Amino acid sequence: MEMSTIAPILSETKADPFVLSYETLEKSVDASSPPWVRALRHSGNAHFEEVGFPDTSHEEWRFTNVGPISRLNAHAPRAEDLIAATPESISPYLFKSLASTTLVFVNGVLDLALSCLTGLTKGVEVVDLPTAIRQELPWVAAHLGRYARVDENAFVALNGSMIENGVAIRIPANVKVEAPVFILFLSTSQADGATVHSRILIVAGHHSEARVVESHAGLADSAYFSNSVAELVLEEGAKLEHCRLQFERTTAFHVATVQAHQARSSNLTTHSISLGARLARINVTPVLDAEGCECTMNGLYVAEGDQLVDHHTTIHHAKPNCNSHEFYHGILDGKAQGVFNGKIFVRPDAQRTDAKQTNRNLLLSDEATINTKPQLEIFADDVKCTHGATVGQLQDEAIFYLRARGIGLEAARRMLVHAFASSILNRITIDEVRTYLDDQMFDLFERPPA
Amino acid sequence: MLEIKNLHAEAAGKKILKGLNLTLRKGEVHAIMGPNGSGKSTLAQVLAGRDAYEITAGSITYLGQDLLDLEPEERAREGVFLAFQYPVEIPGVNSTYFLKAALNELRKHRGLPELDAIDFLQLVKEKMKILELPQSLLNRPVNEGFSGGEKKRNEIFQMAVLEPRLAVLDETDSGLDIDALRIVAEGVNKLKGPENAQLVITHYQRLLDYIVPDFVHVLYDGKIIRTGDKSLALDLEERGYDWLLEAYEKNGRRAESVPA
Repeated sequence: MEMSTIAPILSETKADPFVLSYETLEKSVDASSPPWVRALRHSGNAHFEEVGFPDTSHEEWRFTNVGPISRLNAHAPRAEDLIAATPESISPYLFKSLASTTLVFVNGVLDLALSCLTGLTKGVEVVDLPTAIRQELPWVAAHLGRYARVDENAFVALNGSMIENGVAIRIPANVKVEAPVFILFLSTSQADGATVHSRILIVAGHHSEARVVESHAGLADSAYFSNSVAELVLEEGAKLEHCRLQFERTTAFHVATVQAHQARSSNLTTHSISLGARLARINVTPVLDAEGCECTMNGLYVAEGDQLVDHHTTIHHAKPNCNSHEFYHGILDGKAQGVFNGKIFVRPDAQRTDAKQTNRNLLLSDEATINTKPQLEIFADDVKCTHGATVGQLQDEAIFYLRARGIGLEAARRMLVHAFASSILNRITIDEVRTYLDDQMFDLFERPPA
Repeated sequence: MLEIKNLHAEAAGKKILKGLNLTLRKGEVHAIMGPNGSGKSTLAQVLAGRDAYEITAGSITYLGQDLLDLEPEERAREGVFLAFQYPVEIPGVNSTYFLKAALNELRKHRGLPELDAIDFLQLVKEKMKILELPQSLLNRPVNEGFSGGEKKRNEIFQMAVLEPRLAVLDETDSGLDIDALRIVAEGVNKLKGPENAQLVITHYQRLLDYIVPDFVHVLYDGKIIRTGDKSLALDLEERGYDWLLEAYEKNGRRAESVPA
């Protein structure tokens, strides 16, 4: 009798679809993969099996319950469930005026017909991950999985266990790439639980300069799951602007980690714009690992209905004389829940650190909530650290000023909400992206109801 | 055009205006002077419709309408304009976008077609010249990072674009150097006409060298205690307010009735 109660539990454990997916992958491609990739998958899987999905008793996941993800019938997208991705169906997610390099990944796989690989600056390498793995590109082998460590959290571990798809980009030393590189990750499965673990590696050579835009979107209103990891490696003096756009369907789950590593005098700007998904959790974690680094982190999250959007940023000041600036704005309506947790670590070595953090939130309804928390851990003594978080409504003085010029109350409010979003979007230097997002904000906040 | 009768207003339980009477006719320029805390800015804010002030008694009639019945934006559309003492910085709202939206609201209200971007820009360029403002200000967010003088000139620039019937200037001269003062005053004077009126609130007589008022009123203790012509401003410049305030106190805190 006892055996029969234990047996189902055992088989249930074995049947975790996330682990099953790993086992399927292991059988299909792992044997032919180079040892460093296999090691990554194995350690990812081992770590995931050890820790499992976090629950809300975990300090890092207090406000974000990933139970619905853990209960998904996770599977790799199946051909019979897919909506065809065509130039028409993906056009809302592309930036029309652009003629530069665009890579479109459909359900994790590079779609060459939808992509445009022309216009790449000489010497720049953009390689889809299966090719990079097959060719055993040394620069990929040297960096992949080295920064976003599988013991970071369950989702990075899962991504590592399933590492297969995505893209690797290398900017050679001293090369300035004028045109931005666009990467679109599109999910098209109509089946709940369709899961893609995408991976991005960007290696910016010393004194190079580049801008990369990474978008995530979906075509089907299903409970699909996108779990992405990006590793940004900035060598000495490199300058990188990384713009991450999350436009998933509001039925979808989206978890992401952006892990950056900065060498001496490098300059990183990250933008995380999060508009979609039923649940979005984005970790942005730069490590300033040498002197003279600059790091700017911008974020905008907009949520309504039952959406939950969670940003956890962790900036590691490991060495002296580095500056970091962080500006995150949130706009929450309906019953939306927002979470912002901004950690700043200043290690004992990191004297003369200058770190600023601002998180401002607008709550547009009584039922919307935000949990915002700065977390400063400072172990050096000669340090300037400031942080500020605000939660509130629009400023009465500003509303009155607009009304006193003839603009109606509702229009004035909308104009100010839009402006609140724009003050983050205006930090994006890529004109096409900024204009595109600003149009989206206009549609969201200012376009009068038809 | 504007008739204020026995106006009482308070903010957070504190009585500020205590029976103010004032009449402006078309084509007139009135100046309101008075020491700090007398209620000058409250009057300006009440006219524009700021809801931080509660009207406890009295009435304001503007072109035959009950002004207190109108929302701030309705007042603006009816031609009331307040040049703010402290113009608000509005990060993220582009100046051109803001002003075009405001002008088109006014035009819609008057049954005029909305201006397109090209016509608007042409209009704006002309008006900017009057105020000697750099055109680059138009590309910046409203008042953000403007110097004190730029903010004040920007208020008058907006006034020039919106062409109000009743303009209320709340200490537009404060913080301006003499050149900026002259530019602002010239701008205001160009907007003077037989169909509109101006209420100029100021601390100092020097603005009235450039904007010549038909009437000068002294506001104290929440009411007008003395009305005269432009020579009253010169008197005040020379002798200060004390003689007037003393007379007012001696008179049992009753305003001397001086016919306008």
